[in-house]
Amino acid sequence: MSIKENDILKKFRSFSENKIAPHASYIDEKQNIPEELLTDLKKSGFLGVLIPKEFGGLELNYIDYGLLNEEIGKVCTTIRSLITVQNMVAVIINRYGDNLQKSKWLPKMASGEAIAAFCLTEPGFGSDAKNIQSGLQAEGKDKFILNGNKKWISFAQIADILLVIARAEEGLCCIIVEKKTVGIEITPINDMLGARGCLLGEIRFNNCKIPQSHLVGNLGFGLFPVAFTGLDIGRYSIAWGCVGMAETCLDISKKYSKTRKQFDLQIFNHQLVKRILTDMAVELKAARLLCLNAGSFLENKSRDSFAEVLSAKYFASKMVRFVTARAVELHGASGLKKGNPVERFFRDAKIMQTIEGSDQMMQLMISRYL
Amino acid sequence: MNELKKKIKLFISEKIDITNLADTDDMFKQGFVNSLFAMELVMFVENEIGVKVENKDLMLDNFRSVCAIEKFIMSKK
Repeated sequence: MSIKENDILKKFRSFSENKIAPHASYIDEKQNIPEELLTDLKKSGFLGVLIPKEFGGLELNYIDYGLLNEEIGKVCTTIRSLITVQNMVAVIINRYGDNLQKSKWLPKMASGEAIAAFCLTEPGFGSDAKNIQSGLQAEGKDKFILNGNKKWISFAQIADILLVIARAEEGLCCIIVEKKTVGIEITPINDMLGARGCLLGEIRFNNCKIPQSHLVGNLGFGLFPVAFTGLDIGRYSIAWGCVGMAETCLDISKKYSKTRKQFDLQIFNHQLVKRILTDMAVELKAARLLCLNAGSFLENKSRDSFAEVLSAKYFASKMVRFVTARAVELHGASGLKKGNPVERFFRDAKIMQTIEGSDQMMQLMISRYL
Repeated sequence: MNELKKKIKLFISEKIDITNLADTDDMFKQGFVNSLFAMELVMFVENEIGVKVENKDLMLDNFRSVCAIEKFIMSKK
């Protein structure tokens, strides 16, 4: 399957290369996103790309959405993650939100006026999401009281709305919580190994009063299918981001191997280096095909799309760890030095193994389809 | 057996490794299915049967058994 170069792809690439790439090292080093870049992102319309046009979004199809993640993944994992989370939450609200929720939040998310965070993981529960303990208790006819802790939440430090999975009497629920709600405390989590600009946080909800009208989907269906709809999109985005990261590492490695000489030869001409580059290239091609395949299933609304996305995420996150590690090796000492993108992508790649489901969780879920 | 029931049963048989599932068996209560199945079931009803599952329809009573799914679909047509 091949994708024709189109205008939207050219726009992604141009934005990525000209607006994001110059900030990528800074974001990694300072663990923050420059205001100037956030402003450019909001203006670009790339934050809410899956949001329907009627709410101000670009309403991209899933293949184009994947290509956007690939292009941005090529330069900066943090910004790719920001777009991923924003669209995970947007897809959930668009699919399961009521008309009031859609008309209130989707235009703000499309314009970037509202940055979203997806709050599933807790200090004691990650993969074991069914046992989440944050609690929602009904108060009167129109409110819930939310108590509990969420941890490792991407963009918690800058989010305006939090999509929270919490337990009510009827089971797990999904609810929109505005960050200005009284009783919310956010503690930044810094110094992660990779994806260091993702502004992670731990969030405590202390007797937060939330209108019942903020409930997304029915009581008891917060995890399946509501949250899982978002996780599906998250995994798809990450898989494409991995492809982008690997493409950059392969590209840099090829160029380096043709300039660096050892034993009177460009290292590219040593057979063992050719072997490494070939393995990198073929693994990358395979991952990209799995991503295109998953995108095609999503676009066709196939019920098997969930399985195809899991396979793409599982394979692409393994592939990017392999490719980035080989890129670092090919660069020798210079690949271990901060400032070399392969060093940054090597660290970022390890995060891809954990986020939106560990390798082991992917294996367990994929095995169900065998 | 009508066509709709046949389609529902075929979908379920592809997903659950069980023989002799009675049309009234509660698949969720009896532990035949896990939560991922719930997602696929919603997608099946929407994309292959062509019935939109609204928020208010997201209730286990609509999806518990072959009969429940059939009844739910018929109520939306």
